[in-house]
Amino acid sequence: MTAALSVENLEVVYHHTIQVLRGLSLEVPERGIVALLGANGAGKTTTLKAVSGLLPLENGAIGGGGIRFRGERIDHVAPHRLARRGIVHVREGRRVFEDLTVQENLVAAANALAGRAAQPDFALVYGYFPRLAERRRQLAGYLSGGEQQMLAIGRALVAEPALMLLDEPSLGLAPLVVEEIFGIIARINAERGVAMLLVEQNAMAAFGIAAYGYIMESGRVVIDGPTARLVNDPDVQRFYLGYGEQTTEVASFRDVKHYKRRKRWLS
Amino acid sequence: MSGAIDWLLLAEFSLVGLLSGGVLALIALGFVLVYKGTRVINFALGEFMMVGAYLFWTANVFLALPWWAALALTLAGVAALGALVERFVLRPLAGQPVISIVMATIGLGAVLHGLAEAVWGGANLSLPELLPRKPLLLGEILLPGQVLWSFALAVALIAAFTAYFRWSKDGVSMRAAASDPVTAYAMGIDVRRTQRLTWMFAGVTGAVAGIIVASMTSLSPSLGTVALGVLAVVILGGLDSIAGAIVAGLIVGLLESLTVAFVGGQARDLVPYLVVLVILMVRPYGLFGTRDIERL
Ligand SMILES: Nc1ncnc2c1ncn2[C@@H]1O[C@H](COP(=O)(O)OP(=O)(O)O)[C@@H](O)[C@H]1O
Ligand SMILES: [Mg+2]
Repeated sequence: MTAALSVENLEVVYHHTIQVLRGLSLEVPERGIVALLGANGAGKTTTLKAVSGLLPLENGAIGGGGIRFRGERIDHVAPHRLARRGIVHVREGRRVFEDLTVQENLVAAANALAGRAAQPDFALVYGYFPRLAERRRQLAGYLSGGEQQMLAIGRALVAEPALMLLDEPSLGLAPLVVEEIFGIIARINAERGVAMLLVEQNAMAAFGIAAYGYIMESGRVVIDGPTARLVNDPDVQRFYLGYGEQTTEVASFRDVKHYKRRKRWLS
Repeated sequence: MSGAIDWLLLAEFSLVGLLSGGVLALIALGFVLVYKGTRVINFALGEFMMVGAYLFWTANVFLALPWWAALALTLAGVAALGALVERFVLRPLAGQPVISIVMATIGLGAVLHGLAEAVWGGANLSLPELLPRKPLLLGEILLPGQVLWSFALAVALIAAFTAYFRWSKDGVSMRAAASDPVTAYAMGIDVRRTQRLTWMFAGVTGAVAGIIVASMTSLSPSLGTVALGVLAVVILGGLDSIAGAIVAGLIVGLLESLTVAFVGGQARDLVPYLVVLVILMVRPYGLFGTRDIERL
């Protein structure tokens, strides 16, 4: 079966000079949740922007490799067309339209249905996020951070997506709110069959709902595997889950001796 | 007369000034639409007015079409002009420094001015009087019919645009694209299309204002200079505030009228700039605008 998304040896350059992705490859199966983790500046957001076609709007360009959505090449497709084909990007920092009401944000998102027979199902969004229903006439700028994140996900839901790209939905939110939102993300995945590529700094939260994980550093994947295996990996625990011995010897994951990792994958 | 001030005269000139500010508010709306929608200050808006008025003259006077057909043709013409400008002047400049884009709209204004002179000549033409002259008597205050009707037209058009932006799906999309174009793209909004629509609307508001002004005065290639004074005050209102634009238009109208009454006709054109100077010293971010001054 073809994957919902497959990224092969992707290279991305900003301003023609700054290379940020260096041969990144990953796959998201239909209906699956895949986590993409990594430190600040690793290139996670850049990866999502490449998939959703936003890169050229931010002076970025694909310099090599390719991106396929359900088997078809989609690099160089305009972003609004990708949204209309079912790829929606929930951007880092939520990016709600602050001077539009909650309802108007959803109406704007219904543009993604252009060219499809579907009518926007706002009731579906308000069903997943009852708190948005109470605030449907309020300006989005006055919502709390958690509510704004709900609205950002709700906008994506209006687009009836096949693939959702979620960029740090936990950013700046209290643990209880994160738990609530991740629960709803998992439900959307299960009930609507939406494939998801979930970028996170909060590895624990991401591992809680993702089946598979990729960890990237300086523009490439350094380790990947089923999350059940990643959570038990001592190196992953040390660098991304924040426990294990405190060490300053190894500055980065890549410095961990290669054979050591290899051995464990083979065992 | 008992005191130094003639209260009746003051009231009459104030009312007439506010009413003639309606058209100025329409011009101001043209600036604000384009700024909100594309972050560009359209220095050629005055020339859009002028071209609109000439197109109307051509259709209505030269070709002797009825006024409604002439108006329809004119609006189609300026909408097309707006779309062409967006496509061939602004889109190639996307991502360039603000100053290059500003220079491009100034250059565009000069080109349109030159073209109008080449096509229609520099002499004053006159449009038929489109608005009824019958004045309205409010007690002892006399309001000229044209001023009254121009105000009514401007209010109707501004209300229509406001309703469109508030409630129509395209209006909502245009506001979304104006507030965050990158995110709008990711939501499936064709931002190029909303930007094109924005320029077409600005052309339409400009042309209507141009026709009104030309029918009340006369038509020449420099018809659009009035727009610059309005722009000066719009910047005060905050370039991204429609409410600010309306207030700005009314203030310019009021002050111009009072200047004509109490100082003299020559001082009139200076008024907007004086107002700007004074207010900028008090409120450098404008009366209503966001603190986004580096974009200017
Ligand atoms: N528009 C841009 N222009 C130039 N460099 C950029 C741009 N966006 C991101 N970068 C650079 O690319 C690198 C990766 O950024 P990003 O993809 O945002 O990382 P992450 O999301 O993993 O924190 C960073 O070094 C960042 O400075
Ligand atoms: Mg990021």
